[in-house]
Amino acid sequence: MLKTFSLGGVHPAENKFSAGKKIEALPIPEQVSVPIAQHIGAPSEPVVSKGDEVKVGQLIAKSSGFVSANIHSPVSGKVFKIDDILDTSGYKRKAIIIKTDGDVWDENIDRSDDLVTDITASSEEIVKKVGEAGIVGLGGATFPAHVKLSVPPGKTCDVLILNGVECEPYLTADHQLMMEKGDEIMVGTQLLMIALKVEKAIIGIENNKPDAIKHMTDLASKYQGITIQPLKVQYPQGGEKQLIDACISRQIPSGKLPIEVGAVVQNVGTTLAVYEAIQKNKPLFERVVTVTGKSVSNPSNFLARVGTPLNQLIDAAGGLPEDTGKIIGGGPMMGKALTSTEVPITKGSSGILIMPEEIAKRGKLEPCIRCSKCVSVCPMGLSPYLLSTVSDKAIWDRAEEEKIMDCIECGSCSFTCPANRPLLDYIRLGKGKVGQIMRSRNK
Amino acid sequence: MNVVLITIISLGVLGALAAIILYFVAQKFKVFEDPRIDQVEEALPAANCGGCGFPGCRAFAEAMVKSDDISDLNCPVGGADTMSAAAAILGKEVSAAAPMVAVVRCNGTCENRPRITQYDGATSCTIASSLYGGDTGCSNGCLGLGECVDACDFNAMYMHEKTGLPVIIEDNCVSCGACVDSCPKNIIELRKKGPKSRRIFVSCINTDKGGTAKKACSAACIGCKKCQKICPFDAITVENNLAYIDYNKCKLCRKCVAECPTNAIHMLNFPPPKPKVEKPAAETAE
Repeated sequence: MLKTFSLGGVHPAENKFSAGKKIEALPIPEQVSVPIAQHIGAPSEPVVSKGDEVKVGQLIAKSSGFVSANIHSPVSGKVFKIDDILDTSGYKRKAIIIKTDGDVWDENIDRSDDLVTDITASSEEIVKKVGEAGIVGLGGATFPAHVKLSVPPGKTCDVLILNGVECEPYLTADHQLMMEKGDEIMVGTQLLMIALKVEKAIIGIENNKPDAIKHMTDLASKYQGITIQPLKVQYPQGGEKQLIDACISRQIPSGKLPIEVGAVVQNVGTTLAVYEAIQKNKPLFERVVTVTGKSVSNPSNFLARVGTPLNQLIDAAGGLPEDTGKIIGGGPMMGKALTSTEVPITKGSSGILIMPEEIAKRGKLEPCIRCSKCVSVCPMGLSPYLLSTVSDKAIWDRAEEEKIMDCIECGSCSFTCPANRPLLDYIRLGKGKVGQIMRSRNK
Repeated sequence: MNVVLITIISLGVLGALAAIILYFVAQKFKVFEDPRIDQVEEALPAANCGGCGFPGCRAFAEAMVKSDDISDLNCPVGGADTMSAAAAILGKEVSAAAPMVAVVRCNGTCENRPRITQYDGATSCTIASSLYGGDTGCSNGCLGLGECVDACDFNAMYMHEKTGLPVIIEDNCVSCGACVDSCPKNIIELRKKGPKSRRIFVSCINTDKGGTAKKACSAACIGCKKCQKICPFDAITVENNLAYIDYNKCKLCRKCVAECPTNAIHMLNFPPPKPKVEKPAAETAE
C-alpha cells in the first residue's frame, strides 16, 4: 500500500501532455517587464532608475522587510522605465521594464555546467545567501525561502521534505527538472539540510512518475541521509500539510505551520535554485514553465526569463489555438484565468494552461443538494458547503469557529460539487474578511 | 375531603408560593432601565438598518438617552421629523441634518465602456474585484454584478438592463449607507440631496491618466481641470487625474457641467434648458 495523506482528496484527470519533453531554453525576449511584487510579502523597492545599464543577475529591486525578496535582472540592457503594467494579479502594478541588449551576465556567476559538490558554506551563510539570491517557493506559492529556512526560536526542525509531487494536472516542469537536473537537486538538498541543521531528507514523488522515482532513488544512494518516498497519486498531495502527513504521518495542528511538528517543506525547483545560488553564485531570474493544453500543438517545458511576456511562450508552443476559452496561469485546480497575453512571467509562473472553450466554461449554477461530497473531499477536514454559505451571508464569527482560516484553497470542493457551486470563491472571500477581523483584534 | 379539593388547594398553595418567591427575586435582581429608552425607540422607524451607525433601533435609542450631546446622532431613515420627535422626549432639540441620498459615480455603460473580456465566476462584486480589474479597460469602474442592489433593504435600487449600472430610486433611498459599504470599488457615495432634489456630481472615479481613461470609457473624467478653473466657488478639486465636487461648497450653478469635455459631470433634477426664442416666422408648431 503506497503512502498518501489521510483526509479527503480528489483524482482529476492527469493530462500530462508535456511529459517527457526536454526543457527548452527560450530565446531572450526583446523587452522584459519585471514586476516588483512577485512574492508573498511586501513588494520590493527598485534600486535602478530609467536609463541605467544592467547585466544579467544584477540586483534591480531589494527586499523591503523580513518577508520580502530581492529581484535580479533577467536580461542585460537598459532600464526603459518603471511603470504600472497589467500583471498576473489582474490589475496594473509597478514593474521595471528593461530593453534587452545582448546577454551579458554578472561576472561572479559561474555559467559552466559542471556539478559542484564541495560545500564550504555554513548554515547561517547558506540562509543568508538564499535570501540575497531572491529565492522564493517555486511551487507557485512564492514564499521567501530564507524566511522558511530561519527556524524561529523555541522551535526545532528534524526533517526536510522535498516536494517532487507536482500534483496539479497538466504541469510537468518539476518532473523534467528531476530527470535532467537530479544531481544538482541532490546537492541542493544537502545545502538545505545544512541550513536547517537536519540529518534526514525525504523527497516525495507521486507514482505517476516512475522514471523520476527510479532516477532519483539511484542518485540518492550516493548521498547521505536522503531517501525517496513514492506516493499514491492524489490531489492535493503537494500541499505542505498533506505531504508531511503522507511522508512521515505527522499532523499539523489547526492554525499552525509545519515547523510546529519539526518539518520544513521545499519544492524541488526551489532546491535547484538554492544549488545554483550557493554553488554557482546565480540568483533567481529564470524558471521552467510548462505551456500546455488539449489543443496546443507543441506542449513543452520552457526555461524562460522572468518578465518574458506570455505571448512569447505561447508562440513557441505553437501559437494560441482557435478554440481557446481561457488562458490559465498555474494549474487547473489553483490557477487563475488571465486577461491578456502581454502579462509577464514571474517567479511563481509554474505553467500556462490553454483551455478550450467547452471545458473552460463553468457549469450551470444549481442549488446545493446537501450531498456533502465537498466535506468528504476536503483535505483539511472542513465543511466547504457551510463555509461558503456563511461567507456569502457574512456570518463571520461562525466562519471563524468552523476554521475557515485552515482552508488551503486547493479547489477540491469546487471541483467535486455536482451543483457547480463556486464554493472556493466564497470561501476565499470569507478568509479575506475573517483574516482582516483577526488581525485588527490582535492590534 | 375528596381528592379534587386536596389537589386544588395543594397546587394553589404551590402556585402562590412560587409567585411570592418570583416577586421578591424579581425585585431583588431588577435591572433599572431608563423608561425613556422605550419611548425613544417607539419614535424610531424600527427598520433596524444600521444606517445610524448602531446595531439596530434599540441601540440607537440607548445611545440617545445615555449621551449628553446628541448633535452627532442622526437617523437617516426617519430624517428630521423623527429626530425632533425623539429629541423632544429627552427635552432636547436637534438641528435638522441635510437629507442625503446615494449617488452612483460611474457612467461606464455598455455603450460608453466596451467589454473586453468575459467574466465567468461567482456573481459577487467583491469576489470579481479580488480576481481582476473587471471586464473592461477601466479597473475602477462598476462591475455590474449587483452586490449593492442586494444590500439595499429599502427597494431603492435596481440594475438597469441596458446600461449595466445600478440605478437609485430617489424616493425610496433613506441614505442608510448599506450600498456604499457593499461596493468594493467605492463607487457609491452619500451626497446632499440638494434643494428640490437637485445635485451635481462627477460620475467617474477613475484615477488613470486621461489618455488611458478615455480609451477605456468615453464618459471618463480625464483630469483636464477645466471644471476646477471655471468653478466660481472653489468647490472642485482634481487629484490623481480625477475631479471631485465638494457638495457643501457647490451652489449648483452648473458652469462645470457645460465645461466638461467628456460630459463626466452630471446634474440631476434640473429643469430642461429653455428653448431659444426664435423669430415668429421660423417657429413651427409641434
